[in-house]
Amino acid sequence: MAGKTAPLEDLSVAYVMDPVAAADWLIPAPVVWCLLIGALLVMLRKRTALQPLIAIPALAVLALMTIGLLWHVVVNGTVTMTMGRWLPPFGISFTVDLLSAFFAVTSSLVALAAGIYGRSDVDDSSRRYGFYPFLLLIMAGIIGAFLTGDIFNLYVWFEVLLISSFGLLVLGSRPVQFDGAVKYAFLNLIATTLFLVTTGYLYGLFGTLNMADIAIKASELRGTAPLMTLVTLFLLAFAMKAAAFPVNFWLPASYHTPRIVVSALFGGLLTKVGIYALLRILGMLFPVEREELSFLIALAAALTMILGVIGALAQNDIRRAMGFLVISGIGVMMAGLALGSPAGLSGAILYAAHSMVVMTALYFAVGIGARLGGGFRLSEAGGLYTRNAMVAGLTLVLFLSVAGLPPFSGFWPKIMLVKASLDVGAWWLAGAILMTGLLTTITVGRIWALAYWRPMPDTVSGEAPDERDLSPLSMGATAALGGLVAITAAAGVWPEPVMALAQEAARGLLDPSAYVQSVFPVEATQ
Amino acid sequence: MRTIIFRSIAPFLTSLMVLFSIFVLLRGHNEPGGGFIGGLIAASALAIYGIACGVAAVRRAIYYHPIAISAFGLFMATLAGVLSMFAGVPFMSGLWIYPEILGVELALSSVLIFDVGVYLVVVGAISSIALGLEEGDRD
Repeated sequence: MAGKTAPLEDLSVAYVMDPVAAADWLIPAPVVWCLLIGALLVMLRKRTALQPLIAIPALAVLALMTIGLLWHVVVNGTVTMTMGRWLPPFGISFTVDLLSAFFAVTSSLVALAAGIYGRSDVDDSSRRYGFYPFLLLIMAGIIGAFLTGDIFNLYVWFEVLLISSFGLLVLGSRPVQFDGAVKYAFLNLIATTLFLVTTGYLYGLFGTLNMADIAIKASELRGTAPLMTLVTLFLLAFAMKAAAFPVNFWLPASYHTPRIVVSALFGGLLTKVGIYALLRILGMLFPVEREELSFLIALAAALTMILGVIGALAQNDIRRAMGFLVISGIGVMMAGLALGSPAGLSGAILYAAHSMVVMTALYFAVGIGARLGGGFRLSEAGGLYTRNAMVAGLTLVLFLSVAGLPPFSGFWPKIMLVKASLDVGAWWLAGAILMTGLLTTITVGRIWALAYWRPMPDTVSGEAPDERDLSPLSMGATAALGGLVAITAAAGVWPEPVMALAQEAARGLLDPSAYVQSVFPVEATQ
Repeated sequence: MRTIIFRSIAPFLTSLMVLFSIFVLLRGHNEPGGGFIGGLIAASALAIYGIACGVAAVRRAIYYHPIAISAFGLFMATLAGVLSMFAGVPFMSGLWIYPEILGVELALSSVLIFDVGVYLVVVGAISSIALGLEEGDRD
C-alpha cells in the first residue's frame, strides 16, 4: 500500500467488516478439514482397522466441500477470505477463482479414489506407518496450494505437501524406496529453495506477497524492476516441480519405487501443482514476461513431451513407463502455457485436469494388473485379458484416453492445443503434440499387446493361473478404477461443461480484474 | 552421562524446565515467548530426562506417543481457527473473552488455544526426534 496515501476516513471504513457469509466458509474449509482429520488420524495411527473407516468418508466429505466451493465460485464469481481479520495485502488471502476450484475438485476426487484403492493396496504395517494421515495431510498441501492467494503461503503449502510426500515415498521402508526418495527429496528441495529465494526477491521488488496486489503493481514496476529475472527464476523452480525437461530426472528415478497407490497419487497430483503455479504466476501475474519467454517454454514443452514419451517407449517396467507418460503430459500442458492465448491456456487447464484423473487411474490399472499375476515387467507379463476382461477393458479406455484418442477426455484438450498452436503459426509445436499422441499410442499399444493380448508366457510355470493371484483383487480397487474411468469417459463424451469451465478459468487468468476486485473490493469502488 | 549427580538432579531440572516452558508459553502473547519457544524448552527438558534416566522412563512419563502429542497440537491449533466460524469472522481471527474468576479478570482467547497447539506440536515433534536419537545412541 506504499505510495498511496489513503485518507483517514477510508481507513475507518475498512476497520468495519461485514460478517462472513456461511458460504464463504467453503473457502478455507477443504484445507482445514484435511488438517483436522489428518491430525486425528495421526493420533489414531495404531488403530489400523479404524483408519480407512474415518479417512474414506472424510475424503468423500472433502470432495463434497470442493464441489460446493466450485458451485459457490460459478455462482458468485471469484471469492476471497482473508485470514484473521487482517486486511489484504497484509493478511493471508485465500482467493478462489474457477481455476483453483476446478483443480481442487478434480484433485479431491482423485484423492477419494486413492483412499478407496489404498484399502486393499496398503498393508497393515504401512497403515501403522501412516498412509491415511499422510494422504490427508498431502491433500491439505495440494488444495492449500490451489486455493491460496499469497505467494509465500503457496510456498508453505508446497512444503506441507513435500513433507507428506516424503512420508508416503518411504512407506514400506524397502531400500529401493530410500534410493528413490533421496533423489526425489534432493531435487525437490533444490526447487523449493529456488522458489523461496525467488519469493524473497519478489518481496524485495514489490513489497508485497499478495497475488492480487502483485497483479496491480506489476504494470507500474515493469519499466524499472528486473522482472524478467524474477519470472525466469520462477519458471525454473516450477518447471522443476512440474518435471519439465531438462529438470525432470527426479521423477523417473523415484515414481516407480513406492506403493502403487502412492505412485498413482503422485503421478496424478504432484506435478500438476507445479503446472498450477506456472499458470497462476506466469499466466496471470506476469503475462508480459511469459510472452517474452514463450519460445523457451514452447521449446521445453516440445522436448518434454517427445522425450517423455520416447522414454516411456523404451521401458520394460510398466510403472516406469507410466512415470515417463506423466512427464510427456506435462509437456503438453507447458505447450498451452507457452501459447498463452485463451485457447492455449484453457487447453492446458483441461489437459491438467484430464491428466490428474487418467494418470492416477493408469497407475491403479497397472497395480491391479500386477496383482492379477502380470507383474510389473513387460517381458514377463501376459494373459491379463483372459484373467479379467472387465479390468482389461477399463485399462484399454485409459490407454486410449492418455493417447488422446476420441471419445475420451484426452482428445479435447489436445484438439484445443493443436488448433491454438496452428492459430499462431507454431506448426512445429502442433506437430510435436500430434507426434506425442502417435508415440503414446504406440507405447500403450505395446503394453496392451504384451501384457493383455499376449497369452501367458511359459516362463511363469505352465500350469493354470492359481487362485492366489486372483483372490486379492478387491471390490474397492476395481470400484476406484471404474470411477475414474467413468470420469474420463464422461468428460470425453460430453465435454461441453468442462470445456466451458476451462475456458472461463483461462479468461480469469488472462484478465485478473475479477481476481483483484475480489481481494480489494474497496479499491474497485473508488 | 548417567552419573549419580546428574541422575539425582535431572528430575528436578526437568520439572523446573517444564514449568518454565509453560510460563514462557503464557507470557508469549504480549512479551517475548510463546508456543514455539516454550515447546522447545519443554522438549529439551524431556531430552535431559532421557539422557539421565533413559528413554523408556521418558516414554513412560509422557504416556502418549510424542507424535500423537504433536498431532493433538495440530488438531487444537486448527480448531482454534475454526472457532471464528461461530463468531462470523474470517478463519483464524483472534477471539477474546474476559471471565472474572475469584475477582481476577482473566483474558482468554482463541490465540491462546492456537499457541498451546503450537507448543504441543513442537514438544511432540522435537522430543520424538530427540528420543529417537537417544535410543539410537545406545545400540
